[in-house]
Amino acid sequence: MSVTQGIAILPLVILAAFAMGILLINVFSRNPKDEKIGYIALTSMIFVFLSLFSFLGKSGISFGGMISVDIYAIFFYLVFVVIGTLTILASISYVKTTGIQSGEYYALILFAMIGMMLMASSTNLVMLFVSLEMMSIPIYILAGFHRNEARSIESSMKYFLLGAFASGFFLYGLSLIYASTGSTSYQAIARFLSNTERLDLSTLMWIGLAFLSVGFFFKIAAFPFHAWTPDVYEGAPTSVTAYMATGVKAAAFAALVRVFFTAFPLFQHDWTSIMWLIAVLTMIVGNFTALVQKSVKRMLAYSSIAHAGYLLVALVAGNQIGRSAILFYLMAYAFMNIGAFSVLMVMAKKNDYHEDLDSFAGIGFKYPLTAVAMSIFMFSMAGIPPTAGFIGKFYIFSAAVKSHYYWLAIIGVLNSAVSVYYYLRVIVYMYFKEPEGEIPDYRFSVPAVLSIVLAAWGVLQLGILPQNIMAIAQHSIKALM
Amino acid sequence: MIPVQAYFVVSAILFIIGVIGAITRRNAIVVFMSIEMMLNAVNLTLIAASSYLHSIDGVMFVFFVMTVAAAEAAVGLAIFLMMYRKKDTIKLDEFNLLKG
Repeated sequence: MSVTQGIAILPLVILAAFAMGILLINVFSRNPKDEKIGYIALTSMIFVFLSLFSFLGKSGISFGGMISVDIYAIFFYLVFVVIGTLTILASISYVKTTGIQSGEYYALILFAMIGMMLMASSTNLVMLFVSLEMMSIPIYILAGFHRNEARSIESSMKYFLLGAFASGFFLYGLSLIYASTGSTSYQAIARFLSNTERLDLSTLMWIGLAFLSVGFFFKIAAFPFHAWTPDVYEGAPTSVTAYMATGVKAAAFAALVRVFFTAFPLFQHDWTSIMWLIAVLTMIVGNFTALVQKSVKRMLAYSSIAHAGYLLVALVAGNQIGRSAILFYLMAYAFMNIGAFSVLMVMAKKNDYHEDLDSFAGIGFKYPLTAVAMSIFMFSMAGIPPTAGFIGKFYIFSAAVKSHYYWLAIIGVLNSAVSVYYYLRVIVYMYFKEPEGEIPDYRFSVPAVLSIVLAAWGVLQLGILPQNIMAIAQHSIKALM
Repeated sequence: MIPVQAYFVVSAILFIIGVIGAITRRNAIVVFMSIEMMLNAVNLTLIAASSYLHSIDGVMFVFFVMTVAAAEAAVGLAIFLMMYRKKDTIKLDEFNLLKG
């Protein structure tokens, strides 16, 4: 069963229409700093969500076969809708308190989301490159949205220069793969490779594959290419950090899994041996550097590197459970990470962001519900039941054991144990440490509270009843086989 | 008749020059120029491959690369302008607030 080409791009068309509509409203509105634009962006998320129902049990291809909106892509569309909804909800009051409110902010979020969706569904190297840039360029701008603040500018500059540098490598990889296989479509590449003897493959092909991986590792913040992550995440506005940490990672993993399993399935053994080492180093670097961080925002940045490591473990395992665990974990990560950042966003004041550990001291008694929500997110990131993070890690490590990567599973579990220290430290500060001064009054707006509550609900829902989402994830990954 | 390998070698050299420039230079605009050079090296590879393989895909790819490079340049120059307004310089070493 398939849907027509027009229906296949419906979610993208809705997003593009809303994004451009928001830009127009921003120009013609008498009061462009109105928060109603945030609610318009939120409406677009609802429409995109509804449009996903037209794909029930069906798939479609569009743009001349360059994108395939199969159930694998739809799962990621759902992840992006979750990420977008939570980010926009949390942004509405954050952009107002920090003074970066404007319509372009929401338009750029929607444009970046089009890029993410295209990345999850692209089946062609050309589309892969265009969608990667379509996602990255709006985020370069968003990272520098605090125009008057030096650290936001620095974050934007670093992300831009390193991102452009990495996409240069990525693109060179694509061009070498094209030069050696003669096609840009994943299927044609896989067909060419299966008809060629391995020894006949040119060196260009291998260099191309390596450069392609460099581009992906940069976007998911894996070990040798992770250095930008803490700086960029710390300097960018918190709402953008939440969006980057979850959305870009999910999109890059979506494209990575699709490229490697549809275009280069025969090379699985070649790249898992390298990926093994990268997964281990990514986990170790992320977790051990996070231990010494004083700023919660920077700690979450390092933890996001560590989570990329866990996801790479699942990729190395490469079996059915491992692949579906990637999908499940990305969904869980969206809830818990945006939830934690939403709490930080509520605590942010103009020119004083309260991102260090000390500002968490004692808030467990003044704001009990916020502290409970933050504890849920921290427990989930640390992988303690009954939360989504626990189930996700359980699936990932059991996949590694099933594929006989025992050492990988052991190192992963040990790393996860190390991470408990810095996640629980936040909770310790909240409940067992006397605040140094008066705890400032935080304003809890309705959308911000809604985003925290939704995220906490998601974390517990996926933690207690993971079967439904896991079944969908397993079903989705079959679309690639 | 120049063999196709020659084009690949030239584009690889261009790419390497771009990489070295991007790593060693400290001026934001020169770094960005080096990155653009990397992208143009890719374009050369794509065109050479396209003509060697008699396939149109590579040439089409080049158009997308050029479009994306233009969009990237617009955003990049805007970011550099923002840097200059803040600190009156675009030397990358001057931007070192974030670390740890």
